[in-house]
Amino acid sequence: MATDIISFSKVCKRYPGGYEALKDVSFAVETGEMVFITGHSGAGKSTLLKLIAAIERATTGTVLVAGQNVSSMRRPAIPFLRRNLGLIFQDQKLLYDRSALDNVMLPLVVTGQPWRDAAKRARAALDKVGLLQRERANPIALSGGEQQRLCIARAVVNRPNILIADEPTASLDAEYADAIIDMFRSFNQVGVTVLISTHDDRPIRRLNPRVLTLHRGSLA
Amino acid sequence: MRTWLRHHALSFAHTIRRFATNPVASLLNALVIGVALALPLGGYALLANVQHFARGLAADAQISLFLAPEASKADIAEIQKRLRGTPGVRGVEFVSREKALDGLKRTSGMAEVIATLRNNPLPDAFVATLAASDTALTQRLEQEFKGLPKVAYVQADSAWVERVSSLLRFGRTAVILMAALLSFALVAVTFNTIRLQILTQRDEIEVSKLIGATNAYIRRPFFYLGILQGVFGGLVACVIVEAAIFVLNRDLDGLATLYGTDARLQLLSLADAFTVLAFAAALGWLGTSVSVSKHLSKIEPR
Repeated sequence: MATDIISFSKVCKRYPGGYEALKDVSFAVETGEMVFITGHSGAGKSTLLKLIAAIERATTGTVLVAGQNVSSMRRPAIPFLRRNLGLIFQDQKLLYDRSALDNVMLPLVVTGQPWRDAAKRARAALDKVGLLQRERANPIALSGGEQQRLCIARAVVNRPNILIADEPTASLDAEYADAIIDMFRSFNQVGVTVLISTHDDRPIRRLNPRVLTLHRGSLA
Repeated sequence: MRTWLRHHALSFAHTIRRFATNPVASLLNALVIGVALALPLGGYALLANVQHFARGLAADAQISLFLAPEASKADIAEIQKRLRGTPGVRGVEFVSREKALDGLKRTSGMAEVIATLRNNPLPDAFVATLAASDTALTQRLEQEFKGLPKVAYVQADSAWVERVSSLLRFGRTAVILMAALLSFALVAVTFNTIRLQILTQRDEIEVSKLIGATNAYIRRPFFYLGILQGVFGGLVACVIVEAAIFVLNRDLDGLATLYGTDARLQLLSLADAFTVLAFAAALGWLGTSVSVSKHLSKIEPR
């Protein structure tokens, strides 16, 4: 039996005010899988990904990530969960008061890596996404696609087991989007579990991956 | 352990850099804290000097014992021995009736009066100098001496001692009250500084939380900032007080040469300065911890 690295069972998420973002969602992702999550905007894609990283907590049901119950995880344990996840956000969340290299180094600095090692690994990550020449640039000076690649470098720099990307190709033209998706596929090919939410069916037609479709908070 | 040390070194470097990038604001904050601390510190320095001065005066906190006229030489020797052996008594001086009369004669205007006396009306006396000028001791010894044989009358100049010590007590209470009040001000200033700093670093905090930073890691630089600001404030306070004492001493020098006394204010001791810095650091820490626990939890990634 292949091991499930992520599993949702009967997960509901109700936001304060009564809006129900997810209704009775159950699925499992095996280690090393690459899964796309599609659906209209507002279907609950972002909420589902946030539940994995404990950014939001499930109202009912259980979310298991690498054997740990995230829905009932104590707050002090959350940072250690997140260190095993590579997160790529819709709004990127880059810091504009420092260089591209410093942005990528941040996850390593936070875990107390020696500066020299951190810089070396950050450069390697920048190299993988093709931004090594821009390491000194401020993220604000990078193009949209470059910023997205910078986010990917930051997400993979501490070699997470799971990569989670929320709409990584949302604002990119088709050619650039393909390159980004291919980048995720190459990480998947070396064993990283990848979850990508998208409302763009181009990569799905192109790669024919496993797809979870959300419709108004329920899995179709 | 090494990771932990590295974290601390890093936070410290960050804090220093933050101070350096914002020199005017940091300096103003340190000034506000410094001035607030300088008031009670100055009060304390002044009080310490008054106390020192008073101790010099009250060094003659004394009890006089007047003996009965019939006291013999043997009685006198016995009393002297008893006095010497009493704890709390630093020195004992015997003033014979002849010596007392001589002393009185030297007082201007008294010689003629004394010349009219047929015999010496003064008794033999002891003057006991006490080891400390505190009221309780003086009163206790006064009672004890009254019980000695052949002692006719005991007089303690405790009124003076009492007056000085109650004045000093009043001064000390005033300084403590002022210190307590202004400590609140320092805590409030730190609270606000940290709040602003947390708000300006909102993005950084949010991203750090998302990539797996622990709360301790996120809090640490703010504690450094709060404590460092407190210490700078304490330094400013010390400098202000030392400068004030220096200036006051220049004026006192003039007085001293006029009156032929040595009335210089003492500078703060190194121990005092360290205490102030430690106190300021502790208050900075307190302000930070209140501010951090109130504001940091509100920043959660969405």
